[in-house]
Amino acid sequence: MRDVVLQTIAKLIIPFIQLYGLYIIVHGHITPGGGFAGGSILASSFILYALAYDVGDGFRRMPRLAAKWLESMGGLMFVAIGLFALVQGGNYLTNFLGIGNPGTILSGGSIPLLTIAVGIKVASTIITLFYHLLEEKRHG
Amino acid sequence: MKGFRNILATLLLTVMAVLLILTVSEMPAFGEPGPAYNQVARHYLERSVQETGAVNVISAIISDYRAYDTLGEATVLFTGIAAVLAALSAHRQKRGGGDA
Amino acid sequence: MVNQLMTNLHYLVAMILFIIGFHTMLTHSNLIKKVIGMNIMETGIFLLFISIGYVRGGSAPIINDSIASYVNPLPSALILTGIVVGVSLTAFSLSMILKIYHYYGTVDSDEIMKIKDAEE
Repeated sequence: MRDVVLQTIAKLIIPFIQLYGLYIIVHGHITPGGGFAGGSILASSFILYALAYDVGDGFRRMPRLAAKWLESMGGLMFVAIGLFALVQGGNYLTNFLGIGNPGTILSGGSIPLLTIAVGIKVASTIITLFYHLLEEKRHG
Repeated sequence: MKGFRNILATLLLTVMAVLLILTVSEMPAFGEPGPAYNQVARHYLERSVQETGAVNVISAIISDYRAYDTLGEATVLFTGIAAVLAALSAHRQKRGGGDA
Repeated sequence: MVNQLMTNLHYLVAMILFIIGFHTMLTHSNLIKKVIGMNIMETGIFLLFISIGYVRGGSAPIINDSIASYVNPLPSALILTGIVVGVSLTAFSLSMILKIYHYYGTVDSDEIMKIKDAEE
């Protein structure tokens, strides 16, 4: 839809939404939040772009193939971290890095990596769902 | 026929609502640590910083103590979207449009 | 008994939401309204489980050395998975409704049953 107010506000506010989503994902083990909430916020910035501007333009910014690959990579990263812990000698999905300094970003072992994997997976799932339901409307 | 179905549904739901409200009045009081605050929750609250190093206890629970449940839930997300993609692209060739 | 109900107000509202969602699912014949009723039912269930873990005077479960008592973290951590399962179920049922609309031409369940009976 071509509305000048919507396009101007979307152009100004989308970088802040993405920064906020990334902040919630990365600080998932210090502040409330985590992978699911941060992934949803990151996906809503793409949906806002596709709704304010043309949908084809939105497709060009985040291609269909990239969204599908990102989703599979997010799930595979989760499983690979677990298998890597198995290789290091513990059980599946135990902590294999150090504990670190509690309260800073580099702490908690494999918790930030798992949070980032879940965040990427949830964001690309919501974007793929939105694109496919919209494509169904265009093709009839 | 439709009216009869509506009246039957409302009648059954009234009986169910009375039973549920009687159950609410027998539940333990809201705000007091009841049977849900057992030794598992206490163990997670006391030992989470020194065992995992994460300050957020809920993030430590879903990523370290119970990470297997998060793996199952990632599988549910993946299966859901695979089912949506499979359902939406069926019978697509008849219309002559492109497939995903 | 009314006093006890007023103390457990959160549980009462959760049960009322469950009954409202169930009534919407049963009586309306539009398929999309049934999906909305299912979402209202899920909201009631999540509210019941999360408010079981509240401790009066406790704060959010972020470990800080200057806070004495915390809220029970276990129900919130388990409901997080349930919310995602609910979203996935809603997405799949909406895509099923899309395919039903393309095939039958209507989203009303009574008319769909009539068309199905006339086809056989």
